[in-house]
Amino acid sequence: MTHAQGTLASYRAEAEERGVALSRVFLDGEARQSGKRPEVLEALMLDRMNVMRQAVARGLAKPQHSRSGLIRGDAARMDRWIEGGGSLLGPAFSRLVAAALSVAEVNACMGRIVASPTAGACGVLPAALFRVAEEKGCGDEALVRAFFTAGGIGLVIEKLASLSGAEGGCQAEVGSASAMAAGALVELMGGTPVQVDHAVAFALANVMGLICDPVKGLVEVPCVKRNAMGAVNAAACAEMALAGMESVFAADAVIETMGKVGRRIPEEYRETARGGLAVLPLSGCESCGQGNFCS
Amino acid sequence: MGIFDIIGPVMVGPSSSHTAGAVRIGAFARKLLGEEPASAVLGLHGSFAATGEGHGTPLALLAGLLGMDPDDEGIPAAREIALERGLDFRFEDVDLGDVHPNSVRLQLASGGTELTVSASSVGGGRIRVFDIDGFQVDLDGVYPTVLLAYPDRAGAVAMVTTILSNAGMNIATLKAHRTSRGGQALMAVELDHTPTAGVLNALRHLPHMDQVRFVPRLGFGG
Ligand code: SF4
Repeated sequence: MTHAQGTLASYRAEAEERGVALSRVFLDGEARQSGKRPEVLEALMLDRMNVMRQAVARGLAKPQHSRSGLIRGDAARMDRWIEGGGSLLGPAFSRLVAAALSVAEVNACMGRIVASPTAGACGVLPAALFRVAEEKGCGDEALVRAFFTAGGIGLVIEKLASLSGAEGGCQAEVGSASAMAAGALVELMGGTPVQVDHAVAFALANVMGLICDPVKGLVEVPCVKRNAMGAVNAAACAEMALAGMESVFAADAVIETMGKVGRRIPEEYRETARGGLAVLPLSGCESCGQGNFCS
Repeated sequence: MGIFDIIGPVMVGPSSSHTAGAVRIGAFARKLLGEEPASAVLGLHGSFAATGEGHGTPLALLAGLLGMDPDDEGIPAAREIALERGLDFRFEDVDLGDVHPNSVRLQLASGGTELTVSASSVGGGRIRVFDIDGFQVDLDGVYPTVLLAYPDRAGAVAMVTTILSNAGMNIATLKAHRTSRGGQALMAVELDHTPTAGVLNALRHLPHMDQVRFVPRLGFGG
């Protein structure tokens, strides 16, 4: 069976034919397209990973406060809660949540991040991949490969649907990041390309229809906490695929459906800040008009 | 589109459109001017005006004018740095008409030169420069770009392309714009490679050439 170029199925077919992981297919494709040697590309990816690592550390170490007052050091708060033994499902789970919050907060506060695939969704991949790698003792080499898998999945989504909240709602932004992370986690844990496909399908199906409704038009609320949701969703979906569960829809079909749903989401729910949570009055004191966020 | 467009760019948050794109617009204008501006009036249009403050768009525009890249951690301090360096700047809300919602008009001056550039941030940190000194252009800063101002006359394009082709420079796009037949003209040439100083000099010495400006390729962070 042949598949349309640029679909996940076409990359998967190539991986299976060559008997290599999806990351190898994506890496080789990138090398061809850019004219750069694979080693150079791997080094570049490692640089980006290190920027992500610094962002994870930064928001945990020091409470981040945004200019709007909507972001008030929740990642650091979560970190203290974990240190105090409060974690619901054990520290590994809570650290995943804290890492996603941290990177997204650093972004909201004008810190240095890697947009992946967008700045609004920048917490999902680092949280999911670094935390699982840490838990499972995976080294940087395996992580670099996983990031290529994530990037390749992003390319497919960009081609078949969209990666932008303005075009497709938050399903296209945090949702895509979550699907990219889910697939990458499967490969990191030694899953097959078919299992990657299932994980991507699960992750995107789970957030189908998610609107984009940034309060005051800023990537702060609900965005930061949606990054935590995206990271947790990625881990859950990777785990389901690795356990042998199969999606009844192929990832490509789910991605295309996400694109279709996105185009039909009314404009007020696509990053215009004219619908959803964006138009709810903020709770709190009324005198300053900023709710209790006047801090 | 490649993998590093998806896992990237490296940038200072919070928004690739409002922050990273704005830095690159400022950087484009600075490079076109050829030096640090002494004064700048920045007209914010549409959502740059409406939600720019919270996204740090004014800071990002200033940072670009000051020569910073989209991943420079100095961007949040751009206002203070600008004041320190004596840049005389002012922001205003403007209506640029039927253009992209994330758009800005920069009126710059330095020494003897003045320059007005209007541009949009079109997503993912990508930009489109659509007006230079009243001439309609369509540039994205991805190519090394040469801009030539001259009185409109027959043969100008041929002279320019001859010099470029003799130097082995491949032209990606070339567009000439003019105010009216026989009026002022502006030629924008996007090249695959950075021209040498010799090539730029040869262009400057063409007859009737009023001004030749060069903008190197705009990078992303990291
Ligand atoms: S709600 Fe909108 S702005 Fe916020 S992360 Fe989602 S897509 Fe981005």
